[in-house]
Amino acid sequence: MQKNKNNDNITPITAAVFSLLTYLALTAGSGSILLWSLPELIAAIIFAAVTALLVYRVFNSLKIKTTPAFLNPIRWILLLAYALGPFFIALTKANLDVAYRVLTGKINPGIVKIKPDLETDLGITLLANSITLTPGTLSVDLDEENNLFIHWINVKHPEPKIEDVCSCFPEWIRRITQ
Amino acid sequence: MNPLLILLGIGLIFQTLGSLALHRFPDVYTRLHGATKCSTFGSIFIYLGVVAYATTLSTPGLILGAHTLLVMLLILLTNSTGSHAIARSAYRAGIMPKQAVVDKLAEEKK
Repeated sequence: MQKNKNNDNITPITAAVFSLLTYLALTAGSGSILLWSLPELIAAIIFAAVTALLVYRVFNSLKIKTTPAFLNPIRWILLLAYALGPFFIALTKANLDVAYRVLTGKINPGIVKIKPDLETDLGITLLANSITLTPGTLSVDLDEENNLFIHWINVKHPEPKIEDVCSCFPEWIRRITQ
Repeated sequence: MNPLLILLGIGLIFQTLGSLALHRFPDVYTRLHGATKCSTFGSIFIYLGVVAYATTLSTPGLILGAHTLLVMLLILLTNSTGSHAIARSAYRAGIMPKQAVVDKLAEEKK
């Protein structure tokens, strides 16, 4: 496990910046100060402050470990490449597979356990969300050692290899988050 | 063929399959596969159709396209966390998966 003691203040500020950018993107074209009107700009700043406060309180009370290295832009480019490349291909394949199972009704469900060996909380979150977003696999729970329990619609083997369940996701996520 | 119509057609097919899955599958976990994932994949294509339509418009169209892409990103994030929350709370509430050939989580909890 990583130990990050000095980044307690970075997370709320990052959240505030993201909130501000999202609000500005959604209200672009509303007025004459650059692209925005004055009330929208004030509202954006207020909402960013409220978001920062909420993130600070939630992260402090739940003691969530954050990964400041994720602010590195190279990791963002890798994440984008992952989302558009291998992830989208896996998503399409899995959707066609589930579409076939919906039409024929041939299902073989079960809950299997995989050991992804990811160290950071961010990595395991990204992997669990990638698995859930891919049809046919659905992450149900995880234990203390970051092993995921996955509901699989077509169980081929009761103790499968990671590649069978989520193709090449763990390697990409290790590259992005570590 | 108009690319807009192709995108909307693919989206509609997957949305229909998603709602069909809700009737065909036996329990909450298998239904989640069809109802949440297939319909997300369908809505991605419908959003891409909206973006394709927006590029044919003038300046307000660019803003419409940007908003749609942002909404697509947000629905990808909220869909996966939401369906994970449903599955986890269903399991904690004691609903066992039907027709399951293997259940490692139940073996672990014993």
